[in-house]
Amino acid sequence: MGGYFSDIFNGSKSLLIGMGITFREFFKPTVTVQYPYQTLKMSARFRGHIELIADEEGNPKCVACGMCQRACPSGCISLDSVSVDIEVDGKVKKKKVLSKYDLDFTKCSLCGQCVENCNFGAIDFSKEYNLASTRKEDFHFNLLKRLEERNA
Amino acid sequence: MSTPIQLRPDETFILNVGPQHPATHGVLRVKMEMDGEYIVKSETVLGYIHRMHEKMGENRTYAQYLPNLSRLDYLGALGYTHGHVLAIERAAGIEVPERAEYIRAITVELNRVASHLFWFGAFVMDLGGFSPLMYAIQDREHILDMLEAVTGARLTYCYYRFGGLYNDIDDDFIEAAKRFIPRMRKSLKKYAALVTGNIIFQKRLEGIAPVSAEMCRKYGATGPVARGSGINFDVRKNEPYSVYPEFDFDVPVYHECDSMARYKVRMDEMEQSLRIIEQGLEKLPGGPIMAEKKPKNIKLPVGDFYQAVETARGSFGIRIVSDGDKNAYRLKLRSPTYSNMHLFDEACEGMLIMDALAFMGSLDLVIPEMDR
Ligand code: SF4
Ligand code: SF4
Repeated sequence: MGGYFSDIFNGSKSLLIGMGITFREFFKPTVTVQYPYQTLKMSARFRGHIELIADEEGNPKCVACGMCQRACPSGCISLDSVSVDIEVDGKVKKKKVLSKYDLDFTKCSLCGQCVENCNFGAIDFSKEYNLASTRKEDFHFNLLKRLEERNA
Repeated sequence: MSTPIQLRPDETFILNVGPQHPATHGVLRVKMEMDGEYIVKSETVLGYIHRMHEKMGENRTYAQYLPNLSRLDYLGALGYTHGHVLAIERAAGIEVPERAEYIRAITVELNRVASHLFWFGAFVMDLGGFSPLMYAIQDREHILDMLEAVTGARLTYCYYRFGGLYNDIDDDFIEAAKRFIPRMRKSLKKYAALVTGNIIFQKRLEGIAPVSAEMCRKYGATGPVARGSGINFDVRKNEPYSVYPEFDFDVPVYHECDSMARYKVRMDEMEQSLRIIEQGLEKLPGGPIMAEKKPKNIKLPVGDFYQAVETARGSFGIRIVSDGDKNAYRLKLRSPTYSNMHLFDEACEGMLIMDALAFMGSLDLVIPEMDR
């Protein structure tokens, strides 16, 4: 019989302690961010989808070597190049120029292999995270076009 | 005049828990044969989110396989990637700088605390308490912010590389970790008062769902499940790897074998992880974070390699059979919850369904890790 009453007493006490804790939490400042109205700044190393980097003249730094394409575990990157004649010191030379750089972001796992394998510092992660869409095609990025748009 | 339906006294019915039952996390299906509220027999059906991770390991290079490992257990991903890089480094004979190993240990332990915090919240929510989940997520958020600042990802990290790390930690990270430790200790006291001391919580766990040490051995259960059954086994102590021998920490073991014991093991483990982080930050050596001598394209010598690590859920093992090529001939992942789950069928026989769901929570299941 004594056990019965001490159970009731100890049980009620534990419930009151718990309520005390939740009651105190109730008056603590809010920690959540009201998302559409407030946004957080992404940390410096945040990995969004990749983006081409331009040199001083606004051309992509990429030399179309294809290392990133080969390193990617999921085959997200497809690129192409054309050969153009340029004049250096009066001599005509052939140079590979990037003509297409597409990223299929639906398959990308943001692993960073492409960025690490690029020896020319030609790609980097963006800070883009607002990417909701109901259409798959919206995640097939033409990075060359995006670079031109940024330059414009 | 109709006669009322007569039930046979031994009549049972089948209850499907899952595949998408709100009381379970992930897509797991448990077929239960019920006699009223009591379970007569249960059968776990896996395979709803099988993604062939082992096969993927065989058809891509070792470096390309790095991101896969963090997709097994999305709550404690760093532990799994740690096992993978350790296995490759040992097989290929790559020396890892000490600083890199210390940072690995610190981040793995932070990830373990984050994983246990989320389990704690979800477990109490399974039992009907909602506030602890919010408090736990609030604490976990600090860890995720810290890890995001160094790894660039919040959940599916790809941070370790063969021979070192993707990038170094900075002073901000060290400051944040130092601030976090006392904060977390205070929270652990709060959880002890709010949840562990709660009478309803105790009555629902104490003496419920006993799992004997024999049963753990039979099914190969490891981690907090085995340690709650009195088996003192922790890979970090028993088969030391990385820089764990340098740290002073205890392995919590409880002998009650019930759901409460498994709960207590994890709560104590958080404190032990904090101790490791504290010591790691104190001892953190300077120097490089990447091995100097490291082949560009990793090829393992012909052979059979195995590495076990202690993750948040138990002992995770990775076995790589190499034929000397740049990808594995066969890659086998031994995931802890797969074994832990399998004792469920035997242990829950004759149990009340609500106790069985609490028991399932105490096993700390992460379904993608089970299914791989
Ligand atoms: S981040 Fe990884 S998956 Fe994404 S494009 Fe680069 S290499 Fe491919
Ligand atoms: S982005 Fe870098 S790795 Fe990829 S093709 Fe261009 S230069 Fe080569």
